[in-house]
Amino acid sequence: MINSSSDNVKKLNSINRRMFITGSLKFFIMVGIVSRLFFLQVKENKKYLTLSDKNRIREWKLAPVRGEFQDYFGNVIAGNFEAYQLHVIPEQVENFKYVIYRLKDLLELSDTEFKKVLKKKKEIKPWETLIVSNNLSWDKFSKINNHLYDLNGVKPVISISRNYPFDENFTHIIGYVSQANEQDIENSELIKKNFVPGIKVGKIGLEKSFEEILIGTNDIERYEVNAYGRRISQLEFQKGKKGQTLKLTVDTEIQKLANALLKDKAGSICVMDIFTGEVIAMHSSPSFDPNLFVFGISQDNWQIIRNDPLKPLLNKTLQGRYSPGSTLKPIVALSALENGIINTSFTVRCTGKTEMYDQTYHCWKKEGHGYVSLRNAMKMSCDTYFYEIARRLGVDKLSETAKKFGLGKKVFDNLFEIEKDGLIPNTQWKKNALGKGWLLGETIITGIGQGYIQTTPIQLCLMTAQIANGGYKIYPKIVINDNDKIKPSDYYTPLYKNSKNMRIIQDAMFGSTNEVMGTSYRSRIDNPKYQFAGKTGTAQVKKITERERELDLKTSEIPYEQRDHALYIAYGPYVNPRYALSIVVEHGGNGSTTAAPMAKKLFKLIIDRHEMRQSINEKKYLEI
Amino acid sequence: MYQHTRLTNNNFTFFQKFKNFDYILLICILLLGFISLATMYSTDGGKILFHTKSHFIKLMIFTMMMLFISFINIKFWFSIGYLSYLGVVGLLVWTYFFGITSSGSQRWMNLYFINLQPSELMKIFIILCLAKYFHRMKLENVNSVYTILTSIIIIILPMGLVIIQPDLGTSLLIAVSGIAVLWFAGINHKYFIYTMLGFVISLPFVIAFLKPYQKLRVLTFLNPDKDPLGAGYQIIQSKIAVGSGGIFGKGFLKGTQSYLEFLPEKHTDFIFTLFSEEFGFVGSVVLLVVYIIIIYRIIAIGANSRSYFAKLFCYGFGAAIFVFITINMSMVLGLLPIVGSPLPIMSYGGSSMLATMIGFGIVMSARVHSQQLIA
Repeated sequence: MINSSSDNVKKLNSINRRMFITGSLKFFIMVGIVSRLFFLQVKENKKYLTLSDKNRIREWKLAPVRGEFQDYFGNVIAGNFEAYQLHVIPEQVENFKYVIYRLKDLLELSDTEFKKVLKKKKEIKPWETLIVSNNLSWDKFSKINNHLYDLNGVKPVISISRNYPFDENFTHIIGYVSQANEQDIENSELIKKNFVPGIKVGKIGLEKSFEEILIGTNDIERYEVNAYGRRISQLEFQKGKKGQTLKLTVDTEIQKLANALLKDKAGSICVMDIFTGEVIAMHSSPSFDPNLFVFGISQDNWQIIRNDPLKPLLNKTLQGRYSPGSTLKPIVALSALENGIINTSFTVRCTGKTEMYDQTYHCWKKEGHGYVSLRNAMKMSCDTYFYEIARRLGVDKLSETAKKFGLGKKVFDNLFEIEKDGLIPNTQWKKNALGKGWLLGETIITGIGQGYIQTTPIQLCLMTAQIANGGYKIYPKIVINDNDKIKPSDYYTPLYKNSKNMRIIQDAMFGSTNEVMGTSYRSRIDNPKYQFAGKTGTAQVKKITERERELDLKTSEIPYEQRDHALYIAYGPYVNPRYALSIVVEHGGNGSTTAAPMAKKLFKLIIDRHEMRQSINEKKYLEI
Repeated sequence: MYQHTRLTNNNFTFFQKFKNFDYILLICILLLGFISLATMYSTDGGKILFHTKSHFIKLMIFTMMMLFISFINIKFWFSIGYLSYLGVVGLLVWTYFFGITSSGSQRWMNLYFINLQPSELMKIFIILCLAKYFHRMKLENVNSVYTILTSIIIIILPMGLVIIQPDLGTSLLIAVSGIAVLWFAGINHKYFIYTMLGFVISLPFVIAFLKPYQKLRVLTFLNPDKDPLGAGYQIIQSKIAVGSGGIFGKGFLKGTQSYLEFLPEKHTDFIFTLFSEEFGFVGSVVLLVVYIIIIYRIIAIGANSRSYFAKLFCYGFGAAIFVFITINMSMVLGLLPIVGSPLPIMSYGGSSMLATMIGFGIVMSARVHSQQLIA
């Protein structure tokens, strides 16, 4: 008994000692857990609160409303329209199969379109929106609305989309928008920021150049979502801002005329204000309908545009590099005058051809022009005369003057990424680029705008404008509210050494158009209000062989690709000039018969609309 | 004389038994039940749905059962110590052959009105069994080879049956319950140290034998951010929920993490996460205090019991409950790898609650019959 009781005491001592040890251990563990709670909930609270919000709040961005383009008179040339769309949220549809087949009937979807919709459905979550159709006609849209009673879960939606009301007229200026692809997103932070599936961004032209101004900002909807991404409730709606509207200097009526004149032809027309540098019209033909691209162009339409032999995708005004032909002659003459090589009484005898450096150079007129002075040489576009003065002038001095007047250099800097420099050759260039010495024969053909020299139509227009305004530097622009980066002091810097020379050239160009024997005499307008001065040009696309020269084929008898390009530059009205233009018709045959008559029609319209344009200007000043 | 009066008190009247109740413990258990009910209501999204209803019914039945158990003399619980243990082992064997498989583990047996998980019951009955085993043993015999081997067999047998289910978490908790009793029974502390060392040394080999999903859990615990949407998801979301609760919590029924279903298993193992998110640091500490009071009362009851069996059971049960709570909390707070272990009373699940309530009942019985001597 004693034994057992003493054992009991020992046992009790042992268990109590161990209870004490356990108790202390428990205490430390509890302290550990409480401090962990403290660490998570008090010290790190902010971090976890943010994480929790990140979990539960999700943003949905809606496509921003794109800024518009307006012409000089405020007409919308690239606007927005309400596209009728059809959305379906699969999980809200009781019988998806029935609804989708019903829609197929109502919308008359083709099998391929229908398959596309089904494929899209597989790719999205059941609570996400399936766009069955993104641009319905009003007829179909109203038809759907009439059948909504048995189309549970189908939502007719009006969404805002791009519209080009003048179809192909402005494509080569504005460009077009289409769905953003990976490259677009990668190249622009702003597109990345504003990206929503289906967002449309500018692909070429000003739509692309001014993307960041036009794009606007998204509407943002904030929703509370659960772990599976399902929206529970809307927390906030943040209205976005519409993109900025861009006003262009372009006159829609003149642009439309340019388009009509070049119908079924490949070529370019540009018109420019000779003092402000505002581009009044700038058209490259053929063009294409930018509306086709907005919702993704169909394969058939794309093939038609791509395979057109007249190359609608090429912007001939900015990308087309043409030999200027005789339209370079005013610059050659000016350069010779400025450098004191010739004076107005300098004459050359033209016999139709001339031998220089063991080579025969032909004038376009076989019989020759006889003795010609500067004015007559310009007027009749005598090649022999210009061979001679080019020989005396040398290519380096010529290129200097040509470059000064805007040739061989991008007119719009980086505004259009497709714009080409063209090429004004000189001895240095040839050495660097081709590694060969300059041949004197090359100088001679450069004198009539052939050979290496390449200019774009917009450069020719700028050159003409700067001749017309008396030889002062201007900076062409096409967007009115574009922030001008050019210092005011840079405007109207003289490009001539002696202003008398400018008047000589202007007078010669007047003769070329308005006097008998002038190359564009038939396209003249006698009424001084519209009277203009110009210079024709015919650029060979290949060397004419002796045989062909003997045959003396008519334009229509030559295969299209081998016909000469027809060019014309002009400015008007002759008294108090205001506008300059350049016309290029690819393979048009002859500048005086193909290009110059277009100028006549253009100047009529341009000058008729001049007062209207001025009144807008005055209004602008009044508003200030 | 004094001794005599005590002995006459052996025939407790109903009224006396009622008076002997530990009301602090009872109130704390009821309070815990109430808190768990409110939390369950929140997991149902603020509606009385299946989980809330079911939890309420179980709480009612098992609380009644606990009270019933408290009136039964502690001697009875002593007498069925081995039998109940063998009974549960039998259930485990039965489960092994005929149990219901759910999420890859065969741990339930279908009793038509309830799906019972015998492994949960084992957590309690192993304590009862070992407490009885050591009750009469002399201290000098405790450390004999025979005793140690027997007790190890008593622990290893149900552990093995649970591991093959497979359910590593529960089998470890069974072992913890058993070892707690061995510790209080006075087995030389050297053995515990050796076992610990042996465990640490064999850990790499154990890991090599772990099933791929168990290995993944260990790796995930070590670095939850490695695969945030996969294996680490639970622990990351749990930490976000607790951390975003802050000092005072997001408010009752306003826990966004659970309400928006970011929290996994919010009814069962992660119930504390939800509670902590809604009631914050203050609420969590209050809940901890309730648990601490319960454990403190259990130990106090053990200390005041005359019989060694009651003492051993109370101490063992108190330690086991403590371990269950801390393991569950450490797990959801990212201090331990995820092992399936419910939070006593709070978590949804009948078997766990049944076992815990039986435990509370026996403790209460020890209190009511604190003067009862067991020969």
